[in-house]
Amino acid sequence: MPKIVIQKDRCKGCLLCISFCPRGLISVDKSLNKRGVRPVKVDTKGECLGCALCALICPDCCIEVFK
Amino acid sequence: MKKIFSYPKSLKNVPTHYCPGCGHGIAHRLVAEIVDELGIREKVIAVAPVGCAVVAYDYWDFDCCEAAHGRAAAVATGIKRARPGNIVFTYQGDGDLAAIGTNETIHAANRGENISIVFINNAVYGMTGGQLAPTTLLGQKTATTPEGRKAGSEGFPLKISEMLARLPAVKYIERVSLHSPQEVIKAKKAIKQAFLNQVNNLGFSLVEVLSACPTYWDMPAKNALDWIRDVMSKEFPLGRIK
Repeated sequence: MPKIVIQKDRCKGCLLCISFCPRGLISVDKSLNKRGVRPVKVDTKGECLGCALCALICPDCCIEVFK
Repeated sequence: MKKIFSYPKSLKNVPTHYCPGCGHGIAHRLVAEIVDELGIREKVIAVAPVGCAVVAYDYWDFDCCEAAHGRAAAVATGIKRARPGNIVFTYQGDGDLAAIGTNETIHAANRGENISIVFINNAVYGMTGGQLAPTTLLGQKTATTPEGRKAGSEGFPLKISEMLARLPAVKYIERVSLHSPQEVIKAKKAIKQAFLNQVNNLGFSLVEVLSACPTYWDMPAKNALDWIRDVMSKEFPLGRIK
């Protein structure tokens, strides 16, 4: 099954990936990252399509996509 | 399981200084991906601007040269003429290319220099604190136009791409946007075409990229992308101009 891996410490919390995930699998993490912002996290139990829309719109190259 | 999307090799694995949601990060990545795909990493020379992207050379892992404010097209002309075998491109913002660098840009285009220009238009001066740029829309509030830009006192948004398209020596001009993943794919295609034109010695190419500045547009990142789609792209229509 496709999956994405988020590099949390790169994330600046713009939340654009959340807006574009067609399955709504990305949400805001409760804990802070090294930058002091709340990064995004992925729901690993949901069915990722591997569409890479999140990775395409991420301005900080935080997301890797595996298929 | 295969990795289908990751960090391009030509982009250094360092965090950028850009604000959350800034379009520069996407544009940097697209340029790096194109350099990787065309296999020109050892031949490419970037000319960095003055503006938010002034330290682009800290992020791209290929040869870069810094130009004085607005002079990137002139510096690129010199590099390309001295080293015609290299692929030379400039990466400039609207304050750099359309304000202080208008002169250099127009004359480089008029001479039909065989260079590529990536022109990031975010309708505001980002680095210096969100002041009015030549490309600021009418009615848009900035630090220096707190009541919105008025045509009577500040003039109209300057459409550099349409101006340059009238010059006979210009080969390729396209305006793209970064407001959705689909548009990001189109933007990549256009920038790649600008690079390919240079590889094939076809002449001057410029791609104008409408890019979000959530900080100085004073809105969340997603709203900034929607603003490009709903407002900015009406003033600056997307598509091939020449």
